[in-house]
Amino acid sequence: MIGAFIHSTVLQGIPLMYGCTGEIITQKSGNLNLGLPGVMYVGGISGVIGAFLYEQSLKGSDPNGFLIIVIPLLCSLLGSLVMGLIYSFLVVTLRANQNVTGLAMTTFGVGIGNFFGGSISKLAGAESTSINLTLTSNYFRAHLPFADGMGDFGEVIFSYGFLTYLAIIIAIGAYVVFNKTRVGLHLRAVGESPATADAAGISVTKYKYLATCIGCVIAGFGGLHYVMEYANGMWSNDAFGDRGWLAIALVIFAVWKPNIGILASIFFGGLYILKDWSNSSGVLSEFLKMVPYLVTFVVLIITSMRKKREYQPPESLGVNYFREDR
Amino acid sequence: MNKFRIHIAKRDTMPVAAAWAIRIGAIVLALLLGSLLTLVLTGKNPLSVLLTIVQGAFGTERKIWTTLRDTSVLLMFGLAVAPAFKMRFWNIGAEGQVLMSGLGTAVVMFFLGGKINDGLLIILMLVAAIVCGMLWAFIPAVIKAKWNTNETLSTLMLNYIAAQIVSMFIAWAVPSGSMKMGIINQDTNAGWLPALFGNKHILIIIMALLITAFVFVYIKYGKGGYELTVVGESVKTARYVGIKVEWVIIRTMLISGAICGIIGFLQVAGVEHTISPNTAGGLGFTAVLVAWMAKLNPIVMIFTSMLIVVMSNGAGDVASSLGLNASFSDILTGIILFFLIGCEFFINYKICFSAKNDKISSDVTDSKESESSGGVEENEGGKQS
Repeated sequence: MIGAFIHSTVLQGIPLMYGCTGEIITQKSGNLNLGLPGVMYVGGISGVIGAFLYEQSLKGSDPNGFLIIVIPLLCSLLGSLVMGLIYSFLVVTLRANQNVTGLAMTTFGVGIGNFFGGSISKLAGAESTSINLTLTSNYFRAHLPFADGMGDFGEVIFSYGFLTYLAIIIAIGAYVVFNKTRVGLHLRAVGESPATADAAGISVTKYKYLATCIGCVIAGFGGLHYVMEYANGMWSNDAFGDRGWLAIALVIFAVWKPNIGILASIFFGGLYILKDWSNSSGVLSEFLKMVPYLVTFVVLIITSMRKKREYQPPESLGVNYFREDR
Repeated sequence: MNKFRIHIAKRDTMPVAAAWAIRIGAIVLALLLGSLLTLVLTGKNPLSVLLTIVQGAFGTERKIWTTLRDTSVLLMFGLAVAPAFKMRFWNIGAEGQVLMSGLGTAVVMFFLGGKINDGLLIILMLVAAIVCGMLWAFIPAVIKAKWNTNETLSTLMLNYIAAQIVSMFIAWAVPSGSMKMGIINQDTNAGWLPALFGNKHILIIIMALLITAFVFVYIKYGKGGYELTVVGESVKTARYVGIKVEWVIIRTMLISGAICGIIGFLQVAGVEHTISPNTAGGLGFTAVLVAWMAKLNPIVMIFTSMLIVVMSNGAGDVASSLGLNASFSDILTGIILFFLIGCEFFINYKICFSAKNDKISSDVTDSKESESSGGVEENEGGKQS
């Protein structure tokens, strides 16, 4: 029971963790990407399209264990990368307003997800109308064989597909890069004070592009994880819901630190499903759904009140840099 | 250092006609790309898709009224966020403000319906709506003014908190657990707004036009509008000339909240006669795009909101008659938005091709070290320093 609860908490938290880590990396460069929900949709549906086409091409024969993993991953990566490039081009090169660009990306991305989700079978001329990628999903959900024999412990620690562990590795990696490497230092400098970074010879444009695109790719994997591991390969429109926005909330809650983001994502995942497990109904259940946002709101106010430097958003967050404005 | 021969500089101001020519050119390009995409993805004739969209929005008298009503609602959302945008306060919380005012309306309607005079009831509902809307706008404004809390993030959170408060009310008021409020006062029609001239859409259209006029005058001719424009250009300048920036932020957001209050009131009392977490329908986000596309000009916003509404209302017909998923219109809208967003660059900046002689161009860059202050953001309409 406890094992099962933690298991679904983690599964619920991982898409958020991908989104959170990706958005932290993006925001560290000073770009507030409100297009994250759209990016995660695109990441998810691109992987679905890749897997769908591959499964169609099999025509009943056994899949290649390597291709069935790599094709969705690559498709997801490409889809989110394109979204990241659109955002970077508009915001960094053309200096467009970040909020507006982000919201347009969300409209666009969710539209892409729902359009292809609703019509890919028809476009591909397949017989079935729904998208059910159980075959691919089985590969994505494959876990270490000895996990089943270890009771709750195995269920809590070893029972997930590789994308779950990848999320944690990426988050830890982001933490290390931010705090222990020169690249991380430069990235933070770009987000805090682009003019200073520019004067120090750091290419602001390059860092902003790279951080945004890498952030988008990571966030896109969150969408893929949701479809392949959490939803067992079933894509249904709008099922991803408000997870993208919740991931943006998580960035604040984790005060822009990916290591805190790991625990915070799982905590939010737990809050997300608490209502299903607590047998609560009515008002209490709705209140539990509000808690993540309420807590984030409080954290946001407290961090801005206390003005402690290590808990602040990147100084130039949301503001574009134009060298000649200095 | 100056390896590039291309050099980007801010324009002083572009003639209005030229600016709009660029924007219209961007829309045309976007439509071309959209058509190409339609052709590649679906094999359908793009013109017929476009025609179906227009027919879906204006095909019958009922559709025309629906389109006009939806345009009015979206327009009001845009008007609610525009003044705050003018001072670079990125309020994406119109959604939550409308939800809260809708809730205020519904609560009064639910508890006092039939117990007091209908006229008084409607007035109380309106007051409740405006108070709730203003409260939900006041919170992000006051924490921004006091502690400089990022308003984009705080209003985003408040949207979801509002949606859950609505859900909590429904869960409490409807013990059956169906989570559907149902039509309030279905038998008595207490608190329902009367249909003007026998048409329930007209009141909303009139209100939208009135608010358009108000916001236009307020921004363009009012002292408040002047002050928030100064704050938007530069917080430091505003402080220097003696404008109380904190008060301007709070006052502008209270106006925004009041407009949202009217929207929530009209939606609940005039159209839906019920409340749900979807009462605001995600329009708070769309409103940001509407207001921004129109360069915060209330008159132009009439057209931008209509553009979005036509696209999304027409999409229903595309879905049924051409067998495409209705979300296709979101993709098209997204492309149009990307082009409109991108084309602003060519309005605000000019690209100079500097002479091949590197010695001249390398020391032209402005060396004045003005500190970048919090509220200053290089953006549309910004003046050359």
